Amino acid sequence: MLGIEKGILKSRQSWFGKVSRLLERERIEEGVWDELEELLISADVGMETAIGLVESTRRRVSREKIADVLQVRAVLKEEMIKVLDVPRKEVDVNTRPQVVLVTGVNGSGKTTSVAKLAYEATSQGKRVILAAADTFRAAASEQLKYWGEQVGAEVIAHRPGGDPGAVVFDAMEAARSRKADMVIVDTAGRLHTKFNLMEELKKIKGVISRFDFAAPPGVVLVMDATTGQNGLAQARQFARTIDVTNILLAKLDGTAKGGIVFAICAELKIPIAYIGVGEGLQDMLPFVPEAFVEAILA
Amino acid sequence: MLDDLTRRLTRIFHVLDGKGKLGEKEIDDALRQVRLALLEADVNFRVVKEFLSRVRERAVGEEVMRSLTPAQQIIKIVHEELSTTLGGESSPLSQVDGRPAVILLVGLQGSGKTTTAAKLALWLKRAGQRPLLVAADTRRPAAIEQLKLLGAQQDIPVYDGGFQASPLSVCDGVLQMAEKFTCVIFDTQGRLHVDEAMMGELADIKAKICPSDVLLTVDAMIGQDAVKIAQEFHNRIGLTGLILTKMDGDARGGAALSIRFVSGVPIKFIGVGERVDALELFHPDRLASRVLGMGDMLTLIEKAEGNFSEQQSREIEKKMRAGKFDLETLLEQMRQLYKMGSLSGLVGMLPGSSKLVSSLPDDEEGQRRLKKMEAIILSMTPEERHSPEIIDGSRRRRIARGSGTILQDVNSLLNQFREMRKLTGILSKQKGIKKNAGMMGKYLERSR
Repeated sequence: MLGIEKGILKSRQSWFGKVSRLLERERIEEGVWDELEELLISADVGMETAIGLVESTRRRVSREKIADVLQVRAVLKEEMIKVLDVPRKEVDVNTRPQVVLVTGVNGSGKTTSVAKLAYEATSQGKRVILAAADTFRAAASEQLKYWGEQVGAEVIAHRPGGDPGAVVFDAMEAARSRKADMVIVDTAGRLHTKFNLMEELKKIKGVISRFDFAAPPGVVLVMDATTGQNGLAQARQFARTIDVTNILLAKLDGTAKGGIVFAICAELKIPIAYIGVGEGLQDMLPFVPEAFVEAILA
Repeated sequence: MLDDLTRRLTRIFHVLDGKGKLGEKEIDDALRQVRLALLEADVNFRVVKEFLSRVRERAVGEEVMRSLTPAQQIIKIVHEELSTTLGGESSPLSQVDGRPAVILLVGLQGSGKTTTAAKLALWLKRAGQRPLLVAADTRRPAAIEQLKLLGAQQDIPVYDGGFQASPLSVCDGVLQMAEKFTCVIFDTQGRLHVDEAMMGELADIKAKICPSDVLLTVDAMIGQDAVKIAQEFHNRIGLTGLILTKMDGDARGGAALSIRFVSGVPIKFIGVGERVDALELFHPDRLASRVLGMGDMLTLIEKAEGNFSEQQSREIEKKMRAGKFDLETLLEQMRQLYKMGSLSGLVGMLPGSSKLVSSLPDDEEGQRRLKKMEAIILSMTPEERHSPEIIDGSRRRRIARGSGTILQDVNSLLNQFREMRKLTGILSKQKGIKKNAGMMGKYLERSR
C-alpha cells in the first residue's frame, strides 16, 4: 500500500487532490458533477468513461438519497473500483517453465519491465531465462544482457536483425535443458497499427506453444501511464492479436495518472497486474484496484 | 495522423452543410462535437475550452449569420484558429554563425530521444552539414551502444564518454573536439519533469554547452499530461522547439495542439517511422488543413519527390507520354508506394479523402492487396508485363498458380490495369510529379 501511495503521491497532490477538495464541500452542488467529469477527463480517463463514472455515481447518490459529500466520495470510489476489478485470467502456475511474453508500443518500458519481472522471480529463487527477441532496435540485446547480469538470469540472444522466433525457440530449448522455472521474452516495440509486426507476435507466440512441456504463455502488455486515449486502441489491437493476459502500467512515478486503464478495463476486461514506479529493479508493485483508487482519491 | 479527428469534423460539418441557415444552437451543437473530437484526440481540456470559446466568439457574430454558406464559414474559422494555435509558419533550426550549432535533445523516458538524435543527424547530414552525435545518456544500459550503432549505419561519428560517466564530463570532452563539426547533437537520458535532481543536471548541461536549440521529444500518443511536462521542461531548461515522435501510429496527436497553445514552443519535426530517415519537417498550416479534411497535397508531393528519383520520374513520364505504360511501370510504382509509407496515411493526404479513407481497406488489408498484386506481376514473363493483351486464358491460369492467387485476382488486376492505361492518356497532359500522385490516388481508389 505504502509503495503505491508513494508512487502516486505526486499525481494525488497535483491532480486528484482536486477531486477530493471538490468532494469536501458541504453541499452537493450541481456544478460538482461537471467539474468531476472534467477532472476525470484530464486524468486521461476519457470522455465516455468519465461520463459513465459520473452518471453511475450520480444515479446512486440520488437513489440512495445521499446528501453527505463524503458519502459521494465513497460512492465514486466504489464505482471506480468496480470498473478496475476485472477477474484475473486463469494461469497455470504449476507447470514449469512459466513463459511470459512482454509486449507493447515503442518506448513504453518493456525492457526495464522485463528486468523487474526477472528480478522478482530470481529473488524468489527461481531460475530465469531471458529471451532477447527484440532483434530490431539497435543495442536492445546489450541492454537486456546488462539486466540479465544484474538479476542473475541467463540471456539468450542472436545477431541483430535475426529472427525473433528463432531466439525464442533457442530460449525454450535452453529452458528445457537447464530446467528453468521461467522464460521471459522481451519483444521489439511495435505500434499496434503495423500489421506485419503484429503478425510477428503471433508467430512468436506460436513458437512458444509448440513446446508442450511448458505452460501456455502469459502475455503482458506494457503501457506507459502518460498514454492518452490511444492507449485503448493499443490494448484493443494487442488483445485481438495475441490475447493479452494482463497489463503492466509503467511510469506511474511521474504526474501522469494512467486514467486510460479505466477505459481499457471497462471495454476489454483485461486486468492490470503491475505498476511501474521508477527505473530501479524493485520499482514494480502489484496493482490493487482498491489501493489504486484509494491512493488517487485520498 | 489526426485522421480520426479529420473524419469526425468532416462528418460534423457535413451535417451542417445540409442546413440552410445556422443559428446559435447549431453552432453550439457543432462545437460540442468539435469538443468531443478534440478531447478524444488528447487535446488538453483547458486548451479545448479556450480554443472553442475563440471559435464561438467569431462564429456567433454577424460574420457567420450573414454568410451564404455558414458551414463553410465555420470551417474557415476553425481552420484559422487551428493554424494560429499550431503556430503560423514552420520554423527551422536556429541559425548559428561562426561556431558549430549545438542541439540538446531532452524528454521523458521512452519518448524517442536516441532514435530522434540519429534521425536529426542524418537530416542535417543530408542538408550538407557535418554532424557529431554525443552519447550523453550514460546511465541507461546500452544507450551508448544504441547511438553508436545508429551512427555507424549512417557513417556519422558518435562521441562516447563511457558508460556511467558523468554527463557533464562527457560535455567537457566533446567541447574540445566540436570545432571539427558544423553541428553537435546531444542525446540525453530520459527523465521525469518532476525529478528535481535530474532536471538540475539538465540545467547544468545546458549551462555548459550553450545549445543553439533545446528540443523536447514528445510521444504523439501522450495524454493530458503533455502540457504539464512541456511547461516544466520549458520553465527549467528553456525549450526552442518540439519534436513529435511516433506519428506513424494512429494516435491523434492532439498534444501538439495543446503544447503549442500553452507554451508557445514551436513544433519543428515529426517522427514518422522507425527508420533513421523517417523524420519530417513539421508544417503547422498543413496539419491544420489535415485536421479539417482539406487534405495535405504539399506533404504528399514532397514525399513523392523525396522517394521518386528525378531520373525515375522522367523515365516514367517518358513512358507515359509515349503511351507505354505497362505492368513493369506499375510494379515500379507500387514499390515506390511501399517506400512512401502506409496506404491510409498516403491517401489521407489527398484532398477530400477522409470519406475515402473510411471506406478504404485498412493498412493491413491494403498491404496484403499490394503484396498480392506484386506477386501476380512477378509471375508474368517480361513479354506479358510489357504487352498484357497477350495474356490469354491459359496464361492467366499459369500466372494465378505461380503467384499463389486465384484466377479472379489476376483478372481484376488486368482489368484495373486497362482502366489505368486509359487514365494515363488524360494525366499525361498534367505536369511531372503531380501526375504520379494523382494517378496513385486513382489507383488506390480503384483497387478497393
